[in-house]
Amino acid sequence: MTGGKLYDLRGVSKSFTKGKEKITIFNDLNMSISEGDFLAIMGPSGSGKTTLLNLLGGVDKPTGGEIWFDDSRVDNLSESQLAKWRANNIGFIFQFYNLMPMLNAERNVELPLLLTKLSAKERKKNVAAAMELVGLSDRAKHMTSEMSGGQQQRVAIARAIVSDPKLILCDEPTGDLDRKTADEILSMLQLLNREFGKTIVMVTHDPSAANYAKRVLHLDKGEFVEKDLVA
Amino acid sequence: MSDLYLVYKNLTRKKLRFFLTLFAIFIAFLIYGALTAFDTALNAGVELSADNRLVTVNKINFTQPLPISYVRKVETIKGIAAVVPLNWFGGYYKDPQQQVLTFAVDPPKLMAVYGDDLAIDEDHYKNWLKNQQGILVGKSVADMYGWKVGDRIPLNSNIFSKRDGSTSWEFDVEGIYTGKRPQADTNGVYIHYKYFNETQSFGGNYIGWMGIKTTDPALNEQVIKTLDEMFVNTPFETETVPEKAFNKSFIAQLGNIGLIISSVVFAAFFIILVIVGFSMALAIRERTGEIGVMKTLGFPSQRIFKMVLMESFMLTFLGGSIGLLVATLFLGFLNEAPQFPIADLILTKGIILQAVGVMIVLSLITGIIPAVNALKLNIVTALSRR
Ligand SMILES: Nc1ncnc2c1ncn2[C@@H]1O[C@H](COP(=O)(O)OP(=O)(O)O)[C@@H](O)[C@H]1O
Ligand SMILES: [Mg+2]
Repeated sequence: MTGGKLYDLRGVSKSFTKGKEKITIFNDLNMSISEGDFLAIMGPSGSGKTTLLNLLGGVDKPTGGEIWFDDSRVDNLSESQLAKWRANNIGFIFQFYNLMPMLNAERNVELPLLLTKLSAKERKKNVAAAMELVGLSDRAKHMTSEMSGGQQQRVAIARAIVSDPKLILCDEPTGDLDRKTADEILSMLQLLNREFGKTIVMVTHDPSAANYAKRVLHLDKGEFVEKDLVA
Repeated sequence: MSDLYLVYKNLTRKKLRFFLTLFAIFIAFLIYGALTAFDTALNAGVELSADNRLVTVNKINFTQPLPISYVRKVETIKGIAAVVPLNWFGGYYKDPQQQVLTFAVDPPKLMAVYGDDLAIDEDHYKNWLKNQQGILVGKSVADMYGWKVGDRIPLNSNIFSKRDGSTSWEFDVEGIYTGKRPQADTNGVYIHYKYFNETQSFGGNYIGWMGIKTTDPALNEQVIKTLDEMFVNTPFETETVPEKAFNKSFIAQLGNIGLIISSVVFAAFFIILVIVGFSMALAIRERTGEIGVMKTLGFPSQRIFKMVLMESFMLTFLGGSIGLLVATLFLGFLNEAPQFPIADLILTKGIILQAVGVMIVLSLITGIIPAVNALKLNIVTALSRR
């Protein structure tokens, strides 16, 4: 089930200039994402998947067009406004986990909570809940460098959900994992979507990863080709 | 977990690099602390010199004598509160290597001029006045040779001899003086001028120089003029200077120690500036991806800027404080050693404040460039560089 409109991209374009050459990734891209959706974006390498995710996450700005989130425009926010917006609304999951190597697992999970007004006690409670959810309560004090890839990605998931954001953005979350572990992670994302109502946008080029999503978009040469799974 | 914890974890994540840079900073501040304390102690005489005191020496140079009769005459000058005659005895204890800075003085007049600086037990002082063979010993000297009140000790002169040809005088330690201020020099020994003059064979009623206390520093200039004019065209012309100037010229004879010390300290700081600067720059560069992630999570750039600066502050202040602490312990150890001849070496408030100032400047210089780089770091570039 999907609810109201969360994202609305209106005529978004993105291009880079490399020396004298102008590389256009998107030109007049239109799409919307509803609340509660689990969207998989697929496409060949270099098709602009990461660039799109960066635009959605507000870490990069479109060259043209508008991006609306929850009925307010976000592409024209200042850098510090965007930082605040990200902290409040989005959880990020990366291919290579991107954990802080000098912190243990629970402190990695606590990191986004430093951006909230929660007390130390409340932070601790939220961290414990997130660790519980990803099944790592017994590893809370472990250094992430001593963990397997799957465990590290679970720590990253806990970090992404600890501040209870509406939306989770994942860039190739299983790209560095074996099949079995990848399925575990994907099931976990599915659970977050189904049971906790998180909207998830996941970039992947793993075809079976798409099986966990509600909707798949194929990105090719800056254009979407939609294929409905329920066919 | 707080930002401070993150900063600490970042700082200490590469143990070897952390300890090496910390060690470099530690050494620099140890050198700074020890040498500056040494310099300050050397200059303590200058710093502690009173504004209302003058020194009158023979105009030719200060090794030439002045007649003792000058004391009476000078005492009459308007604006002068007290005058003390001093004569260099050139003493040593048992072995010419064991120099003792001994001065023949008129005790009440010594107190009248220098009493503000000398702390001495009232009864001991009275005993000293009564005993012509009595001496007043500075605490540093007493500690060095283990002299106690009541001891009878021999002092030789390498300038004067007694009427019987011997160069050895026997004295009774009647009192031990300390400084009223912590850095005061207590390396002197005072003997009675009267007794000295009666027993020495050199003859004549001469003194080495005069210490003078004026009633008001504002009158110094006038007093100096009147005094020196009083003896113009006599066989013993005088030159009177403020005590501060006199002490300064005395230290100047030791060579320009201040310059040497500043050069060493400057070199030490320059080296750590380079070491810490490079190490900070490298550390932040290596963390480009992590900084990108922090920003992605929503950490404002200014907060990351602050954290990088905090890191260089933490490093510098940690190393600097340990350096100053060890310098304090080291100086305390030197001060305890009885053979050590210099007035107490201490890290004064001024030295510590200056060190803190240096730490701040060092932290800013070494931290600002990496901090600005972190501030300006673009998330997309940072993440794609991983
Ligand atoms: N900062 C940039 N400057 C220039 N070209 C870029 C930049 N970022 C991405 N690109 C180019 O945009 C295209 C899409 O990149 P990306 O979004 O990372 O693709 P994907 O994630 O689908 O593999 C690639 O051809 C890439 O080289
Ligand atoms: Mg990509």
